[in-house]
Amino acid sequence: MADRQTFAASAMQYAPQLYNAALRMTRNRADAEDLVQEAYLRAYRSYATFEEGTNLRAWLFRILTNTFINSYRSKQRRPQETDLGDIEDLYLYRRIGQVNPAAVSAEDQLLDLFTDDEVKQALEDLPETFRLPVLLADVQEFSYKEIAQMLDIPIGTVMSRLHRGRKAMHKRLFDFAQQRGLILTPPPDTGEPADEANHG
Amino acid sequence: MADCNQTLNELFAFLDGELADDTRGMVLEHLMKCTDCQGAFEFHHELKAAVARKCSSDEMPAGLLAKIEACFGDELTTGLPDAD
Repeated sequence: MADRQTFAASAMQYAPQLYNAALRMTRNRADAEDLVQEAYLRAYRSYATFEEGTNLRAWLFRILTNTFINSYRSKQRRPQETDLGDIEDLYLYRRIGQVNPAAVSAEDQLLDLFTDDEVKQALEDLPETFRLPVLLADVQEFSYKEIAQMLDIPIGTVMSRLHRGRKAMHKRLFDFAQQRGLILTPPPDTGEPADEANHG
Repeated sequence: MADCNQTLNELFAFLDGELADDTRGMVLEHLMKCTDCQGAFEFHHELKAAVARKCSSDEMPAGLLAKIEACFGDELTTGLPDAD
């Protein structure tokens, strides 16, 4: 059994991660602060139920996620899976080859062309159903099993939401690149290639 | 031996470290021989790393830690019953 007296010493090191995740969940600083504070208080009160030797970080994130879902999320109707539309696989990758070479000099700098704010925005624009799995997997690097436990959904559902959420997020990033004039040509039509310089 | 479609279908699960050993082996075998798929895997590997880095760069507000720890102190001194 875990001792309340040791809670702060063990748990407070994760506060910066929890705060960043809370920001992506609530999308504003005031709510993020309240959310982290409430999650810590809940964790503190139920620390006796934490099994020592298990993953404290995952336990704290589960509490943060549940606190958000129960207290902070907007009352809007549950978004349907179809709300994201149908986006082809490798959407961004297939198009990013068309980035303006004047804007990007080396290939390894390709992803630095997106600002922090654009990447945050692309994540925060996802409907919550997709935003939480993407946040927990791509930013916090939890396993499918851990995310399934946190969100109380089957692993198969975690995988399909991750897949769809990532595609939508990558499409949003492409839109940002296009808006800033980083893309030379319009994206190819879905039927035929727009430009075939090399035949054979 | 997996083909390009089969390999690309496993892209996310591979990068997430969620593939079983035999499937992972098949993907790796294909990647050794296919530079097209290699390019796609490397791109998404870097993209995932960039998302992780850029979405966790916010500084915590000064005073938040102290505010949270003060709550613990209040709980101890007032001796509130455990909430569940």
